[in-house]
Amino acid sequence: MTTYFNEMYDGASVRAPYARLGDWTAAMPADRRLEKQAEAEALFRRIGITFAVYGEGGDPDRLIPFDMFPRVFTNSEWGKLERGIKQRARALNAFLVDVYGRAEIVRAGRIPAKLVFQNEAYERAVAGFIPPKGVYSHIVGIDIVRTGPTDFFVLEDNCRTPSGVSYMLESREMMMRMFPELFRENRIEPVDRYPEVLRRTLASVAPAKCDREPTVVILTPGHFNSAYYEHSFLADLMGVELVEGADLFVDGGFVWMRTTEGPKRVDVIYRRIDDAFIDPLCFRPDSMLGVPGLMDVYRSGGVSICSAPGAGVADDKAIYTYVPEMVRFYLGEEPILQNVPTWKCGAADDLKHVLANLGDLVVKEVHGSGGYGMLVGPKSTKAEIEEFRERIKADPENYIAQPTLALSTTPTFVEEGIAPRHVDLRPYCLVGERIELVPGGLTRVALREGSLVVNSSQGGGVKDTWVLAE
Amino acid sequence: MRLTVDHVTRYHYDAPVRGVVQSHRLTPSRFDGQKLISWEVTVTGGEKGGAFRDGAGDWVQAWTVKGPVTEIEVRVKGEVETADLAGILRGHRETVPPEAWCRETPATEADEALRALAESARHDEPLSFAHALAFAVAGAIEYTPGATHEHTTAAEALAAGAGVCQDHAHALIACARTVGFPARYVSGYLFAGEGETPHEAAHAWAELWVPGFGWIGFDPANRCCPDERYIRLGAGLDAREAAPIRGIARGAATDSESLEVAVSVAQPVAVQSQAQ
Repeated sequence: MTTYFNEMYDGASVRAPYARLGDWTAAMPADRRLEKQAEAEALFRRIGITFAVYGEGGDPDRLIPFDMFPRVFTNSEWGKLERGIKQRARALNAFLVDVYGRAEIVRAGRIPAKLVFQNEAYERAVAGFIPPKGVYSHIVGIDIVRTGPTDFFVLEDNCRTPSGVSYMLESREMMMRMFPELFRENRIEPVDRYPEVLRRTLASVAPAKCDREPTVVILTPGHFNSAYYEHSFLADLMGVELVEGADLFVDGGFVWMRTTEGPKRVDVIYRRIDDAFIDPLCFRPDSMLGVPGLMDVYRSGGVSICSAPGAGVADDKAIYTYVPEMVRFYLGEEPILQNVPTWKCGAADDLKHVLANLGDLVVKEVHGSGGYGMLVGPKSTKAEIEEFRERIKADPENYIAQPTLALSTTPTFVEEGIAPRHVDLRPYCLVGERIELVPGGLTRVALREGSLVVNSSQGGGVKDTWVLAE
Repeated sequence: MRLTVDHVTRYHYDAPVRGVVQSHRLTPSRFDGQKLISWEVTVTGGEKGGAFRDGAGDWVQAWTVKGPVTEIEVRVKGEVETADLAGILRGHRETVPPEAWCRETPATEADEALRALAESARHDEPLSFAHALAFAVAGAIEYTPGATHEHTTAAEALAAGAGVCQDHAHALIACARTVGFPARYVSGYLFAGEGETPHEAAHAWAELWVPGFGWIGFDPANRCCPDERYIRLGAGLDAREAAPIRGIARGAATDSESLEVAVSVAQPVAVQSQAQ
């Protein structure tokens, strides 16, 4: 029987960061808890925050459950995470600039050429281009799991347009509104400057041709998109325009936005549209969401696109195994955050190991996301395992496998009271002229007892994430 | 050989459009087989947008035309000094490595027949293999104008056994990639010879990456490698990507775009052209 690290306890005693929360829950009668839970749900519903986290699928209009029991990090725990996250974000960006340039890491034999250049996410259209400040991925969402008091592992990197940050902000807002006393009793680092830091980050990567205060916009696929709420929420908080493809057009060497006062030049586009759809002239000709001619303006330095087209080649699950190597290669440092040990089924020895131990492993599709196309060995039936075995054998290169991690738990409100549930963490690292990390993130919690899958489409919820001040 | 190009592409819209955006790969590549004497592209009523050399080494120039317009004309005039390098793309600078030219596209997806055709040409020595592939494709698809259309895939052209240079190039690329050669589509001009029809002047062929040589052009439609009669413009994974002119008209009904071509002869030697 695996034992899981419960972040609230050290043996029988309560760990320091949770000390006050212990008293808080002890003093809360069950009926008040239910009342508060209902209040939280009503608030979430009223503001309309009902979307699935990026690529998770599922019903976009379903409300993601909010758990009121916060997840807490000490200042020193966070310090280590912060250093590790920033280090990783720097290495990922260095990798992107490199593979679209001289590809030194491939020449040096540290990453196979095929993995990079035959990757679906490698964009030939941006090869040879260095975006302003040498940044391809401006918002790096790094999914982290914890297995012990000092053991953190990176589960995956999200270099394109990681979503969910509105949950970080809304969860905090919610908690402050419902339990102001908690914020008097605990010294909690604020997260509300995130939109301002994001705006500053985006403005800092304005193109060279921009000779004034940059105009930043958020480009959304539209209100039918599952993350539309987040797009409009961030635009509001940053004080920038939320636009759709049809609101923008290319004229001369620049991108313009239609406004009631006539066309206005746009310098930085924070796009929440996939590469394939941003410019029908360059990518998918059938896309109605993008802006024709945008890529030529981008490549000639007339506008910046965040994240830069092509950034996805750094966050592929097959590339993931090489991120520690990137840290060593580009930064000359040892990785602060470890990867989860990963077997690549494309390699014969690894495949043998995986097929022999399917019952103990988690197997994922290289390009899959959202907990679909995934086998959790210890939680699967014999038939499911056998079916997956055939799928792996048919296309080994498409799969990687990892040990079943003993994900930490934190106390969570459940029907019977309070019980431990498994959690992960997605912080949002901002990379522009500077690299910044707001102390907090999105904590996802697997609400089903025993479940290790935190994805919202598979019964996951969210929690407020606290970093305590020193 | 000194080649002169005068190439006009006219776009006609049934109803006035609000504006046009185009992306041109209309400038001859820089490599040892081509030297630019003069080159000018004009677009009626057009404003030049951004320009840059892309990762494949092609010069890209963006254009926009403000509406309302019902017709625009893209005119290319220039002179190029060419040399015969037996198809080898020597001295061409590009960032994108050969491994990035292995991806299938809908137009170049290999089916069983294309795979079998590629296997039938197999040689141990890569250069011979590449030549054999080009000949196999030339033999399997007969040059037949009108037998195929813009969106015909390599597999369809092979099944029909008929096609034009675009189909030959697509089929060769599909075959080459299945047997491990990085391959790409090249657009350009071909001087068809005095007195011949100017039909083939806007031309296309394929390049295969052959170990020890680098990129080599193969023109199955003419059963040869590009020589001094060829002018190379740009490359892509398939015809759509390598198109010398890509454009979108704003506010156009989807079917309102028609194309007219004017060809003129210039001295001393003319490459007469017809647009895609």
